Amino acid sequence: MNNSITNQLRCALQYKNGYMNKLLKQTSTALFSSINSNLVVNDKSKLVSNPLFQSKGPSLCSTPALFLHKSQLHVSNCCAGQPLTQLNEDEIMLKESVRRFCSTSVAPLVSSMDEAASLDQGILKGLFDNGYMAIETPPEYGGSGLSFFASILTIEEIARFCPSISVVCDLQNTLLNTLFLKLGTEEQKNKYLPKLASEFTGSFCLSEAEAGSDAFALRTTASQDGNNFIINGTKMWISSAPHSGVFLVMANADPGKGYKGITCFIVDANTPGLTVGKKENKLGLRASATCEVHFDNVVVPRCNVLGEVGQGYKYAIEMLNEGRIGIGAQMVGLAQGCLDATVPYLLNRKQFKQPLYSFQVRTTLPFPSCSTASRSNSRSTASRYELPSPSFPAQPQADQTAALQLPGTNYPPLPFLLNRKLIKQPLYSFQCAEVATRVTSKCVELLGGVGFTKDLPVEKFYRDCKIGTIYEGTSFIQLNTIGKIVGMEYTRDAV
Amino acid sequence: MSMKILVGCKRVIDYAVKIRVRPDKMGVVTEGVKHSMNPFDEIAVEEAIRMKEAKKASEVIAVRCYSTIQQETLRTALAMGADRAIHVEVPAKDCENLGPAQVSKVLAALARREGASLVLLGKQAIDDDSNATAQMTAAHLDWPQATYASKVSSCDGKLTVTREVDGGLETVEVSLPAVVSADLRLNEPRYATLPNIMKAKKKKLDKLSLGDVGVELRQHLAVVAVSDPPTRQAGVTVDSVDSLIEALRHAGRI
Ligand SMILES: Cc1cc2nc3c(=O)[nH]c(=O)nc-3n(C[C@H](O)[C@H](O)[C@H](O)COP(=O)(O)OP(=O)(O)OC[C@H]3O[C@@H](n4cnc5c(N)ncnc54)[C@H](O)[C@@H]3O)c2cc1C
Repeated sequence: MNNSITNQLRCALQYKNGYMNKLLKQTSTALFSSINSNLVVNDKSKLVSNPLFQSKGPSLCSTPALFLHKSQLHVSNCCAGQPLTQLNEDEIMLKESVRRFCSTSVAPLVSSMDEAASLDQGILKGLFDNGYMAIETPPEYGGSGLSFFASILTIEEIARFCPSISVVCDLQNTLLNTLFLKLGTEEQKNKYLPKLASEFTGSFCLSEAEAGSDAFALRTTASQDGNNFIINGTKMWISSAPHSGVFLVMANADPGKGYKGITCFIVDANTPGLTVGKKENKLGLRASATCEVHFDNVVVPRCNVLGEVGQGYKYAIEMLNEGRIGIGAQMVGLAQGCLDATVPYLLNRKQFKQPLYSFQVRTTLPFPSCSTASRSNSRSTASRYELPSPSFPAQPQADQTAALQLPGTNYPPLPFLLNRKLIKQPLYSFQCAEVATRVTSKCVELLGGVGFTKDLPVEKFYRDCKIGTIYEGTSFIQLNTIGKIVGMEYTRDAV
Repeated sequence: MSMKILVGCKRVIDYAVKIRVRPDKMGVVTEGVKHSMNPFDEIAVEEAIRMKEAKKASEVIAVRCYSTIQQETLRTALAMGADRAIHVEVPAKDCENLGPAQVSKVLAALARREGASLVLLGKQAIDDDSNATAQMTAAHLDWPQATYASKVSSCDGKLTVTREVDGGLETVEVSLPAVVSADLRLNEPRYATLPNIMKAKKKKLDKLSLGDVGVELRQHLAVVAVSDPPTRQAGVTVDSVDSLIEALRHAGRI
């Protein structure tokens, strides 16, 4: 019986090693060395987790460390020279502390928060007290001054336990804090960043009833009145609205100019005319509040414009590009959490006198999902470097190639695409959502009856994961973007 | 108050890991296995930090002796709130034989060197379960000891310590300097917050050699063999008290 599990594992490993070998063969030595030199040259990149190209080179293909389910971190921590995801000491400590916070403070309340569709205030306070709401914010504004990578790691780890909590943390770090940091005046930063680090959430208000995927069709207006703007309109689906002390509102200050009139305004929660409306009753992510927010003659002074008038559409696009990596991390963490809850049960429960885990169909089903999750996992960590660094072309490339070729993914490898920086976020976001959808769905099936009940958190992950294909741009919209870039590639190069 | 506290931070295989015996039967598999700070040491660190926060102590120094690899245990202690850390480097070849007899000598030497007035340790490490380091350290220093503490309060150069003993709780008073070992219910250790993890990076972590602390390690014990506990037989379910009694009789237990 045990033997049969070992055999299954061995088969799966061989299968995986074969795949990795193939991948390595396809990757030229030149690329390989350029990756390694990248690792040396760019000091940021020492944080990079590149599962394929740790300095050891191809020998690493045979290491079981590549075969992750539960503890890729621990494995990487200890198998010197053979890590799957190379985290530095701080990041290990960060991940460890997030995990402890989640297992002691979050895990016991996950199911009741889901049931009651409400966020526990103690957990919210815990997020602030532990510094998880201001990860990148510099210390002078009350944050920890860590990297985007650290935010991604935190978001992913929280999602293993509770995707609702994860999104609260995600939005605060990747949208709110980042917008203030990148665009805020010194005054705005001083006023809001410390509070976003310690006191309240902020909400990002873009979507409207008539403007979802077509966000720039938004109808909320901001009419100028002397030194003030007067905002009118209704925003839909606004996350965290009931807890938020500040709202970043996209409104059109010059409808005559179309989307080029869209401007980002800072609106305090207690501004007269701002009301938080109905809370949606949702399929998943129930503990995270999603509400309508009404603006009825809300007067804000000109100094509350974030960035420049008429640039709001640009900011929204740029921020959501980065934000999507957070959503990807959330999906990967979610898939991992789902596996964490599934595999032990499969190992324990016996039918036909054998553990469920030992049945061929059961082991072949989850493993591609498993490895896909793990691959995406490392991708989510590596993704840090796709963003700001034109100096960083080669490294994620290989990683993305790996992503495109994964078994169980229906999309053909298109390595040429990966030279295009633009395509990475939609691709990444799309794939992470796909992985989460597949993993959670299969896990429910693998568990049988118990998977369909609320005795295990798996059905909740199954519900929660759907959001990954919807917010910050739906999967179809991501595919549109990907398709557009593929088309451009063929037109340009006339292949 | 100028009380310096020395706290021990041992790095052990994480409590959640399933322990496997090495093929050569001379130890357990440690490679590729998650390690963390000994949980009882975490409790000791927490208690020391609380004493500092309550202004009962002036400085908390986290110490560990082992080979150079893996500093994260001390970094964790620093991130929790210890003021600085000392790593006493033990040559890799001697690490296998590092037990209470050796570690207690190092701790005693460090306590003298640092002028500590309290050595706070976990009551035992969850790997070798020796439950001897605190006692031996007290012996080397010739200081009073209060082991298995579930409550510690300090006043006028004395500590009042509630100890968990078989019959219930025992309260003892020890004068400082002293050695105290922490039991499970002493406190609930905090985990490092992000800002504190960052602050910990700036704290001092000194490295000392055994020579620096004037200790020579000698080996008194040799491991003959390490083996798995016998596997438990599968149990049976009985449907009533009568059949339970019958089954126990049958097994010759009653
Ligand atoms: C839980 C939750 C939290 C949210 N939080 C926020 C928030 O904090 N702030 C905020 O501003 N918004 C938020 N949103 C809104 C979210 O971003 C939108 O729901 C999303 O952008 C999709 O818009 P829509 O719902 O109007 O769908 P629609 O745009 O109506 O799309 C419906 C369907 O049509 C498809 N579709 C639309 N256009 C195209 C196209 N051109 N090509 C192919 N297919 C297309 C879509 O892919 C989708 O399948 C949140 C939503 C949810 C559910």
